[in-house]
Amino acid sequence: MLNREQEIPAAKLSVVQYVVLAVLLVLIAGLWRLQIVGKDNYRALAQANRVRKVPILAPRGRLLDREGRLIVDNYPSVSAFLVHEQGRDLDADLPVIARGLNMGIDQIQAAIKKYGISAKYQPIPLKQDITPDEQEFIEAHRDALPELELINEQRRLYPRDGFAAHLIGYVGEVSEDMLQQSQYAYYEPGDVVGRSGVEETYDQLLRGTDGSHDVLVDSHGREVGVLGNEPAVPGKDLKLSVDLDIQRAAENAMGDRNGAMIAMDPHTGEILAMVSRPVFDPNRFAVRIGRDDWNKLMTDPNHPLLNKAIQAQLAPGSTFKVIMSVAGLEENVAQTLKVNCQGGASFYGRFFACDAHHGNVDIRNALPFSCDTYYYTLAQRLGITKIADWAHKMGIGKKTGIDLPNEVAGTMPSEEWAMRNYHRKWYAGETISVGIGQGAVALTPIQLARAIGGITSGGDFQRPHVVMSNQLPAQYEQAMLESFPGSGATEVRLDPAAWQTITDGMADTTTGSGTAHASHLEGIDFAGKTGTAQVLNHSFGAKSVSSNIAGRANAWFVGVAPRRNPDIVVVVLWEHGGWGAGSAHLAAQVIETFVDKQRRLEHNLQAPPKAAPLVEVGAIYSAPGEQDGAANNKPSAKSLSTPVGPAEKPAPPAGSPTAGMHGGHFFVPVHPWNAARAASVAATVPTRKPSSRQSAPQEGLAMAASLHAPVIGVPAR
Amino acid sequence: MKGRLFSFRDFDWTLLGFVLILSMLSVLEIYSATMHTKFVGFEKTQTLWLLGGMVVMFVVSRIDYHVLLDAIPWIYGFCLVSLVAVLAVGSKVLGARRWIKLPGGIHFQPSEWVKIVLIIAVARYFARLIGKNMTWGDIGKGIALVAVPMLLVLKQPDLGTALTYSPILLVGLFLGGIPWKKAAILAVVGLTLVGGIWSSGKVLKPYQKARLTSFLNPDNDPKGSGYQIRQSLIAVGDGGMLGRGVAKGTQTQGDFLPIPYTDFIFAAWSEEHGFIGAVAVLLLYFLILMRLIQNAQTAADLSGTLLVMGVVAVLIFQIAVNVGMVIGFMPVTGIPLPLMSYGGSSVLFTFLALGMVMNVRMNRFVN
Repeated sequence: MLNREQEIPAAKLSVVQYVVLAVLLVLIAGLWRLQIVGKDNYRALAQANRVRKVPILAPRGRLLDREGRLIVDNYPSVSAFLVHEQGRDLDADLPVIARGLNMGIDQIQAAIKKYGISAKYQPIPLKQDITPDEQEFIEAHRDALPELELINEQRRLYPRDGFAAHLIGYVGEVSEDMLQQSQYAYYEPGDVVGRSGVEETYDQLLRGTDGSHDVLVDSHGREVGVLGNEPAVPGKDLKLSVDLDIQRAAENAMGDRNGAMIAMDPHTGEILAMVSRPVFDPNRFAVRIGRDDWNKLMTDPNHPLLNKAIQAQLAPGSTFKVIMSVAGLEENVAQTLKVNCQGGASFYGRFFACDAHHGNVDIRNALPFSCDTYYYTLAQRLGITKIADWAHKMGIGKKTGIDLPNEVAGTMPSEEWAMRNYHRKWYAGETISVGIGQGAVALTPIQLARAIGGITSGGDFQRPHVVMSNQLPAQYEQAMLESFPGSGATEVRLDPAAWQTITDGMADTTTGSGTAHASHLEGIDFAGKTGTAQVLNHSFGAKSVSSNIAGRANAWFVGVAPRRNPDIVVVVLWEHGGWGAGSAHLAAQVIETFVDKQRRLEHNLQAPPKAAPLVEVGAIYSAPGEQDGAANNKPSAKSLSTPVGPAEKPAPPAGSPTAGMHGGHFFVPVHPWNAARAASVAATVPTRKPSSRQSAPQEGLAMAASLHAPVIGVPAR
Repeated sequence: MKGRLFSFRDFDWTLLGFVLILSMLSVLEIYSATMHTKFVGFEKTQTLWLLGGMVVMFVVSRIDYHVLLDAIPWIYGFCLVSLVAVLAVGSKVLGARRWIKLPGGIHFQPSEWVKIVLIIAVARYFARLIGKNMTWGDIGKGIALVAVPMLLVLKQPDLGTALTYSPILLVGLFLGGIPWKKAAILAVVGLTLVGGIWSSGKVLKPYQKARLTSFLNPDNDPKGSGYQIRQSLIAVGDGGMLGRGVAKGTQTQGDFLPIPYTDFIFAAWSEEHGFIGAVAVLLLYFLILMRLIQNAQTAADLSGTLLVMGVVAVLIFQIAVNVGMVIGFMPVTGIPLPLMSYGGSSVLFTFLALGMVMNVRMNRFVN
C-alpha cells in the first residue's frame, strides 16, 4: 500500500492548477485586447475585407459664359481599373491584360508600382478613356480576369483650338506634391484635379463629391451582395464673367500673334475676354498628357502654357504715359508744363530721343501724340518717388488679385526698390526712361487693364475676376479674396479736371493725328493709348534679347469705350508687333463688337428672322487626347457635329459649309447679340440624334443628348 | 485489485456534462462555419464522431487502467512500428506523410494515438520512480521514451503534434519528483538545444520557421504566412463584446478566416459569440481541467494520478497553443482545439482519454 500523500505532495497538483488558471487568464487578457480594446479597429478591418468600394466619380461642374452659354462640358468615358484580388497571381494575367487593353506590360507594372504602395486595397487606375473594343474585352473576360473593373467617368471636354484655354485652364492627375498639401487632402492618387486657370482656382467648387457603390465580396472577390450606394454629388456649374461673343472677337483679333488680350468691365472688374498666345489644347490634358506632348509644351520658347495676360511682365511703353499724366496732373505739375519737342531732349548729359518733332506740346496733346520729350520732362519734374507713389496707388507693380493662379506682380521701380534689390541708390537719370514706360518698369496686361479702367472711371479701381461673384457662397468668396491678395478694389478719387484732360487726350489718340487714328471707330467713343515698348533695354532689371524678330518692339494698346466711365477696357499686348498702332487695330475690333452688341441689346433689336443656315456654337469641341481629325471617332464629339441619320460612319454635318470642318470648328455667328433670341432659335433647331455606333455605350448616347441641349444655334446672315 | 466491478454511480457525470456542453457548442460552430462552404454538413459528421467517442469512452471506462499499464510495453512497440510505417507507406497530403489509408476509406493518423500511448507509458514509468532519488539515467530513459516517437512524428513532418508530446514528459518529470537542480540543468540544456536546432536550420524546414515567426508580425506579409494570423485576429476582434451572432460573422462566413471549423474554430466562435462567448468556453475548459485534477488527486495510486495529469497536460497545452495562435500569441502550428475542432482523430483521442480518467475515478476507493 503506497501512501501517495507522502509521495506526490498536493502542492504539486496545486501548482498545475495555478498554471492552468494562469494560462487561461493570459488567454482571456488576449481576448480582451482584441475584442474589447481593439474592437473598432478590427471591425473596420473586417468591413474593409468584405466591402469593395467601387467609386462613382462626380462629374465636374460645367463652365458657362455670363449668359449661360456652355464653354466647358463633360463627356462620359470608361476607365479600366485593377482591383485587388486575394490570392490571385497577377503576373500570369499581365500579358493577357496588356494585349486586351493595348498596353505594354511595363506600363501596367508601372501603374501597379505607382499606386500599389499608397493604398493596398485601392483600385489602381490602369487605363483611362478606353475604347469600346477594350471595354468589350473586359466584359468578355469577367470570369477569367475578375481583377479588371470598369468605371464610368465624366471627362472634361474643352473648346477646340485652345479657345479661352488659359482662362479655363485644364485638369490633370493630381501630383504627388499636391497630395502633400492640406487643400488637396480630399484627393487620392490617380484623381483628376484642376491644374490651371479657373479649373484650378475653383477646383473645390467644381469637383463635387465622389460617391461609391459598395459591394459585398467573399475572400475570392466574388460578389455576394450589395451594401448600398452613395450617389456622387456633381460639381457646381460656374458662370464665368466671360462673354463668349467678346471672347470670340478677341480670339479672332489676336489670330496667331503672340501676346495677350484682355477685355474687362471697369465698373465691376468682370473679365469679358482673356486671350493668351500661343495657345495649347487643354483637351490633351483631359485624359493624360503624353510625355512627348508635355515636353513640347514645356520647351516651346513662346511658353504656350503661360497665361501672358497675367504672367507676362513687360515694359508698358507709352501706355504708361496715362499713369504719368495722372501723377503729373494730381501733383499740379503737368497743368503748367509746356515743352518744345525737337525730336528729343538732353537730361543729365544724355540725349533722350522722341519719335518726331512735335513742336509745342502741353498735357492736352502730349498724350495723343505720345510725345516722349514731354514725358521725359514731366518725369524729371516729378521725380521717381512721386511717380512710384502714384503708380503704386493705381496698382502698378502689385498683383491685382485676379482669381486665377500664378499671377505675377511686375515691377514699379523706386528708390527703395533699387536699394532693396540692388543695394544701391537710384540715379535721377533713370527716372527719365520711366516717364515713357521703359527702364525697369514692368507690368502685366491685367495690371494695365485695371489701372486704365480705374483712371478712366475717375479713380474707381476694381479687382479683376473671371467668375461672376454671385456664383460663389459667401464664405467661399471671402476665402478667395484672401487666397488671392493683391490690389483688390480701391478708390483713388481723381481731380475731375485731370480726369477730363486725360480721357480727352486718350480719345484724341484715335482721331485726327493721334497715334492710333487709323483705328478710329465711327460713331463709337473709343479712347485709348498706344505703347511701343523697346525690348532691347539697357537699363538694369530687364533682360536683353538678341534675335532679330525678338528685337522688334512690343506693341501695346489700351482702349476704352466710352472715354469716361467706360463700359469696357481692352488691353492688347502684341509681342514684337512693332508699333502700338497695330495693337490698337486689334483692340478696335473687340470694342466694336462690344459696342455693337450693347446697342442691339439696348434697342432690343431682334435677330433677323431668317433662320438658316444654322451655325453651331456648341461645336467648338475637339476630342481630348486625339489628333484633330480623330475627333469624329468619339461618340460624344461626333454627336455634336453629325447630322440626323443612321449613318454608321461619321459624316460631316449636312448643314456645314465644308466637309473639312469636321469635329466642329466653331463658326463665328455674325450676329449672336440677342441671347434670348438665340436661345429661342436654338429651341427650334430640329433635334439631332447622335448616330450610334455598334458598340457605343448607352450612357454615351444619353450624355451626348444632354450635351446637345445647350448647343446654341444662331442664325447667320 | 484488478477486474473489480464498479457501478456507473461512480462515473464522473459532472465532468461528462461539461464535456457535452462544450461538444454541443462545437457542433453549433461547425454548422455555422461550414454552412456556405463545400464542407456543409460537417456538424453531422462531428455529431457521429462524438457519439462514437462516447461509446469509446464508456467502453474504455470499463477497462481497468492497470490492464493498460501492464500492456503498455507492447502497445508502445506497436506504436513505434505504426509511426515508421507512416513514414514508409503513408499517404502524402500537402507534403507531409501523416496518414495511413486503411481498407474502407478510413484515414488513420497514428500520431494522435501516440499521445494516449505516451500518457500511459509515462505514467507507468514515473510512477515507479516516485519516492526514489531520480538519477540522470532515470531521467534519460524517461526523455527517450517520449523523444523517440516525437522525432518520428517530427519527421513526417508534423511539428504541432510532436510538440504536444512534450507536456506529457514535463508533467511526468515534475510529478515524478525530479530534483530542482537537475530540472534547472535540464532546462538550460533543453533551451540550448532548441536554440541550436533553430539556428542550424537543418531540422526545421523554412516554411515551418516562417510559420513559427509570422505571428510576431503578421502585417509584414499579409498575403503570405501572416495571412491566417491576420484574418484570425480580425475575426476575433470583429466579435466585440457580444459577437456578431450565429452565422453572422463576416470573417467566418466570407471565407476570410482559414479553416474555421478546425484549427481556427475558436476564432470563428469568438467572432460570432464575442468576448462573452469566448470566455464562457474558456470557463468550461477551466471547469473540465479542475475536475480532472480533482480526479487525479483522488486516484487510488500514483500511476492513476499520473495518467490523469498526463491528460490534463495535453489538454491545457493544446488549449494554450490553439487559442494562443488564434489571438496572435502563438505561431500557427496546426494543433486542434480539443472538444471544439472538427475531426475524428481529435474527438476519439479526447474521449478515449476521458474514458481512462473515468476508470481511474471509478477505481478511486480501491485500495
